[in-house]
Order: sequence, then C-alpha cells, then structure tokens
Amino acid sequence: MTAFVFLFFVMLTIASAAVVLISRNVLYSAFSLMVTFLGIAALYVFAGADFLAVTQIMVYVGGILVLLVFGVMLTRNKADRGTGQANVIRTEHSRTFWGILTAGGIFAILSTILAKARFDTVERNHFELIERKTTIQELGIGLLTDYALPFEVAGILLMVALLGAAYLSGKAKNFGTKE
Amino acid sequence: MQIPLSYFLLTAALLFSIGLAVVIVKRNAIVVLMGIELMLNAANLNLVAFSRFDTDLTGQFFSLFVIIVAAAEIVVALAIVLKVFQHFQTVQLDEVSELKD
Repeated sequence: MTAFVFLFFVMLTIASAAVVLISRNVLYSAFSLMVTFLGIAALYVFAGADFLAVTQIMVYVGGILVLLVFGVMLTRNKADRGTGQANVIRTEHSRTFWGILTAGGIFAILSTILAKARFDTVERNHFELIERKTTIQELGIGLLTDYALPFEVAGILLMVALLGAAYLSGKAKNFGTKE
Repeated sequence: MQIPLSYFLLTAALLFSIGLAVVIVKRNAIVVLMGIELMLNAANLNLVAFSRFDTDLTGQFFSLFVIIVAAAEIVVALAIVLKVFQHFQTVQLDEVSELKD
C-alpha cells in the first residue's frame, strides 16, 4: 500500500514537471510547478523528513511560487493590454532539439551510474535504517549548536537579498533605464 | 514498508533532467527560473533521501540551507528580471542581446 502511494506521488511529481516543460502558457507552467513542489514535499515525508516537507510547502509553495506569479504579472507586454483578448502569457520554445538531447544525455548518464552503483545491495549490507518519530528536535538542537554559524550567516544572507531586491526593483530614476 | 533508496535517486535524476530541459528550451526568463528551482529541488531530494541513514541528519541540514539560498536567489533574480523588463520591455531571453552587437 505504501509503495502504491509512493508511486502515485512520484508519478504526480514527474507528470507535473513534464507539464512545466511542455506547456507554452506561462501560468500553466507556474501552477503545475506548484503541484511538483507539493509532490516533492510528499516524497520528503516518505524519506522521513517531516520538518523539511513543511518547510518545502511554506517556502516554495507559499513564497517562491507566489513571487514567480507576481513576476509573470509584472512583466507583461504593454502591447497585450487592453486589446480585449484573453490574458494568455505565452513563451516560445527554441533549441528544442539541443535541450532534449542534453537533458536526455544527462538522464542516461545518471541512470546508468545509479544502475551500476547497486544502491540496493549497499543499502542492505552496510546501512541500518534509523527509525525516528520526528526530526524536529534533532534539527532544532543542531541549528543552535553545530550549525549555529551557518544559521546566522543564512539570516544575514536573507536580509541582504531582501534589501538588494527591494533596491533593485524600486523605481529609481536614472538607474538601469534607457534614457 | 521501506522505500528503496534508488527510487528516490531515479526520481531526482528525472526531475533534474526535466529542469535542465526547461532551462535550455524556454525563452521566457521567468520560466527559466522555474527550471532552476526544479533542479535545486532534485538536488534536495537526493540529500534528504541519503540522510535517512545518517544519525546526525547532515543531509537535512544541508538541504535546509539549500532552500534558504534558493529563496535568496529567486528574489534577487526576479528583481533583475523586473529591471531587464523595464529596460528592454521584454523578458524573452533571446531578445536581450545588447552586449552582443
């Protein structure tokens, strides 16, 4: 039963990622990206990472995706506005052959390596699975002891990124605009 | 029941390839950013899958920091895309080629 649910989520993730690739409508891509993020959160739960699953939903679905949709809305062509036609934002495809070739090549290399590495025997013989009820306590203790410095640096990085983005996207005169 | 590790790794490999294809094929800058997010998520999935066997959860810490860096990256990238749009009136990447001439 667990395997079927897992396979369902894998299918959901892969299929919606494929829709991101195939669809020419930018908003369809954005919303199927949301389904991909939710599917990956479910896969995190299967991997025993409950806190990361919630973080994934909060940061990616709640933050990054909303930001992307804002970006889509703010970068519409002025020529499309007020023409009375449906508000469809399209993206063109180019270099389709090379894109598919490169991605297929990378996937072929990765899957060959994974098949040759024989992770199942390695898993069975060398590793013991650790049964945990929750990872939140360990993550919390780790973030304030071993990983305290990266944690603080990440906070500073987020603040710098926030200030930089607010400065860049502000309507400063004579900054980055033509004439 | 225990899900074998290789299923996670294969899923992550497929997601990474799809993200790479999105980055190469699409011409809209925002959709290219979506492809980058897909690739980052695939890398995260690998880290989380391996950290199942880890007593001190190093993989999960690493992917937490990857999520933070991804958030900072997407914020700055979208600000740059907005600036590019104000300058060129387009976000189609092939038309933003002023430095080429």
